[in-house]
Amino acid sequence: MTERADSRSSRGPGLPGQPNGWSPVLVAGIGMTPVGEHWDVSLRNLALDAISAALEDAGGLRPDALYVANMLAPALSGQSHLGALLADFAGLRGIEATTVEAAGASGGVAARQAYLAVASGAVEVALVLGVEKVTDKDSGQVEAALATASDADYEAIQGVTAGAQAALLMRRYFHEHRAPQDALAGFSLVAHQNAVSNPNAMFRKAISLEQYSNAPMVSDPLNTYDAAPMADGAAALILARAATLLPPDGRPAVEIAGSAVATAAMAVHDLPDPLGLPAGAASAQAALERAASQVEQVDLFELHDRFSIFAALSLEAAGFAERGAGWLLAKQAEIALDGRIPICTYGGSKARGEPGAATGIYQLAEAVSQLQGRAGKNQVAGASIALVQCLGGSGATAATHVLRRMANGT
Amino acid sequence: METSRHWRLRQQRYALVGEVCPSCELKIFPPRDICPDCGNEARTIFQFSGRGEVYSHTTVYQAPAGHTENSPYPLAIVRLEEGPLVTAQLTDLADKPVEIGMPVEMVTRKLRSDGERGILVYGYKFRPRLARAEQS
Ligand SMILES: [Zn+2]
Repeated sequence: MTERADSRSSRGPGLPGQPNGWSPVLVAGIGMTPVGEHWDVSLRNLALDAISAALEDAGGLRPDALYVANMLAPALSGQSHLGALLADFAGLRGIEATTVEAAGASGGVAARQAYLAVASGAVEVALVLGVEKVTDKDSGQVEAALATASDADYEAIQGVTAGAQAALLMRRYFHEHRAPQDALAGFSLVAHQNAVSNPNAMFRKAISLEQYSNAPMVSDPLNTYDAAPMADGAAALILARAATLLPPDGRPAVEIAGSAVATAAMAVHDLPDPLGLPAGAASAQAALERAASQVEQVDLFELHDRFSIFAALSLEAAGFAERGAGWLLAKQAEIALDGRIPICTYGGSKARGEPGAATGIYQLAEAVSQLQGRAGKNQVAGASIALVQCLGGSGATAATHVLRRMANGT
Repeated sequence: METSRHWRLRQQRYALVGEVCPSCELKIFPPRDICPDCGNEARTIFQFSGRGEVYSHTTVYQAPAGHTENSPYPLAIVRLEEGPLVTAQLTDLADKPVEIGMPVEMVTRKLRSDGERGILVYGYKFRPRLARAEQS
């Protein structure tokens, strides 16, 4: 038994580095639909819009496999088996297809599955789709469906919501690190500011500190501006080996240089250190190592600000701030588009909107667009390395990717 | 039917029965049979005292289905005397303000009414520790 304990502790946080024979994987195309309350669009049509946009962007590559990131369709749409449904509906009948579910981290985890398949050579071209349809049900049903990402027997039974869990972490964080009441306001302000020029964003309006401070409570001390709005959305990526890509059209190629998923205790109360975001730290470290990159080289960080406290925790876990100092980065000079480490460059979950399992795919697509210089008014000047992280539940799953712009003509 | 699911958890819900690891003596709640610290088997029953203090707390205003009739309600993570954290609602607060570090004790209360058939689910909540209990 001791032997087993020893091997556990020496195994380290992630999988070993890429085996020999693996090829670099490029993001050949991206597609995003506006996030919002789409009363007139079904789940399958949202998916089709994103898939069509990504296929067009990839210039005619045909996928051999479809990875669907979705969490809520079984609970809110009475629909599972999305792999077959959406492959069929998108005109790809017959291809390999499956659904990947890891709560709010589903998008990043699905992207990793597609990455593994393409890197190993088992799949030539992979389509990764994130889709979520939440507005067909009332808020109580949506909260209950979202709470299934927590421990049903020991958290959800107590009436826990995702927002309440974030609030519990937020209050403890404020207590331990002596942060003021509006410590996290800057995350929300910058997110809203970045969303103004994002055509896919749900809230394209800047907010003021005064608005933040007067916002009604969702679960004290967490107010409505600390919480991202759940909404409908779909986004897609096409992944391909470098050798498969059609002749370049002048856009810089973007490589998935590092990919990692880590898990931690499922329930918040089972985490030995609830504010440590261990899966966020482990997956960020593993992804950076695989990309042979340092955190100091990262030009932008698409983190998962479903609740503002997670912006602080992610910045700390990834190494952009010391423990307890993440909230000090909630300022323009630190995280705005021209800041030291820009985050949520298209508005993040807070202002782009939070389409559940699709979030990780929006984040990756937004990062690709930054690295290819296609971000327009949202452009981070000279961006060449992006770190992208999404979280499931209160951080029980974290998927982190490093994207890198490749030199032209290579 | 959810009845058997709740019945299986009665020892935990009504009496905070957990486990203690025979190898490293970690007290474990909820029971999980494999020690999260040392990885060894941990099936030795351990009865928690039910006493603890508030680690963090909030109020739920937007309740999930099944809990809306009690909304808003106070929710906490409690640090049990023996070590583990547990997520639970607070109860019997009257006008007492909740603070991190506040001593609390476990009581059994109705957690929710399950579904349209109205199965009532009972389980632990925590209330401010009474002076009498603190002396014992
Ligand atoms: Zn042990």
